[in-house]
Amino acid sequence: MNVLEFTFLVWAGSLAAGFLGALTGLGGGVVLVPLLTIVFHVDLRYAIGASLVSVIATSSGSAAAYVKEGFSNIRIGMFLEIATTTGALLGAYLTAKISPSAIAIIFGLMLMYSAYVSRRTRPRSAIEQPPDPLSTKLKMNGDFPDTSGMRHYNVYRVPAGFGVMFGAGALSGLLGIGSGALKVVAMDQAMKIPFKVSTTTSNFMIGVTAAASAGVYLSRGYIDPALSMPVMLGVLIGSLLGTRVLVKTQTKQLRLVFSGVIVLLGLEMLWKGITGGL
Amino acid sequence: MVRRTHLDDQKIENLIANLLRAGLVTAAMVVITGAVLYLGSHPWARVDYRTFHSEPDELKTAHGIVRCAFSGQALCIMQLGLLILIATPIVRVAFSAVAFALEGDRMYVLFTLLVLAVLLYSLFGSFLIA
Repeated sequence: MNVLEFTFLVWAGSLAAGFLGALTGLGGGVVLVPLLTIVFHVDLRYAIGASLVSVIATSSGSAAAYVKEGFSNIRIGMFLEIATTTGALLGAYLTAKISPSAIAIIFGLMLMYSAYVSRRTRPRSAIEQPPDPLSTKLKMNGDFPDTSGMRHYNVYRVPAGFGVMFGAGALSGLLGIGSGALKVVAMDQAMKIPFKVSTTTSNFMIGVTAAASAGVYLSRGYIDPALSMPVMLGVLIGSLLGTRVLVKTQTKQLRLVFSGVIVLLGLEMLWKGITGGL
Repeated sequence: MVRRTHLDDQKIENLIANLLRAGLVTAAMVVITGAVLYLGSHPWARVDYRTFHSEPDELKTAHGIVRCAFSGQALCIMQLGLLILIATPIVRVAFSAVAFALEGDRMYVLFTLLVLAVLLYSLFGSFLIA
């Protein structure tokens, strides 16, 4: 393939990934690395670098839209970013130490986990419990705009959430993904943060987490400008379009199809990892 | 008291939203400029990303990228755009530190500076061990 063909095809593929990722809420980053490695035969390290760059672009783009709505909690986000950024730094160092085959296997498992999380029904928020002393001390309890005015919420189990966030950061640095699925799990399940607050805060944190591993990737030479350019521009435009369309479409069927695609890509990554095909 | 804090937070978040948008737009413009030069200069060259052979030194460090981009090289201009993109969340964190300081929230100033230290280390110091 020549430069023009390659750039255009990668751009179009990334646009589709970003569009479907935003539309289904599963994130485009998670399918980018399999797309680049399996379809375009890009080396895993270049693929991870390009994917990470596009994760920062989508996070900045959607965070700019979300924060104004007043759902995200900047204190929860900043506190947990201590965990995600140090985790990301560790993960980014590990990419050079772990063999590409092992990374592919971890990636495959992560893909299937994302598909599983997206299929699960969300538990209803528990009955109001007394505020947790630690989260009160950290000033994390807050309000968010609801249909019936401002609604108050309390945050629980901060250490557990912090621990999962460290893991989410490490995976983000290792695989070049946003790991939004894990971030939302930490905030939803462990810390009992309302869904709207957890998704927007997670989105806000993804860019900062990715920036922590991007520096390491850059100095290792994983970020190739000619490859990252079409990936970043494609994912960015795709996800912006996706969020526009999101409001008007019924996404249930689409989610089902997209999680099916993710499972297949996960199996393919696992297979490549086990047979050493990457 | 709670209400007032919320309004302050809201104002800060609006500023942050604008900052993120400005950083993103600047990054995209620079990347597109580099892309036009790159695609125009050798559109028919063959590409191969099958094997990894790291990037040349001028594309690996912040100061190297800036210096090379100003000499007009297409690849470096695209990389400068990506560097601006990476820097945007870092500037956002620095901005939050100032905002927490203005609110007089020392605990969160400390947390934010911790995050900032990790980010700056990654961007400027990690080549020492990488």
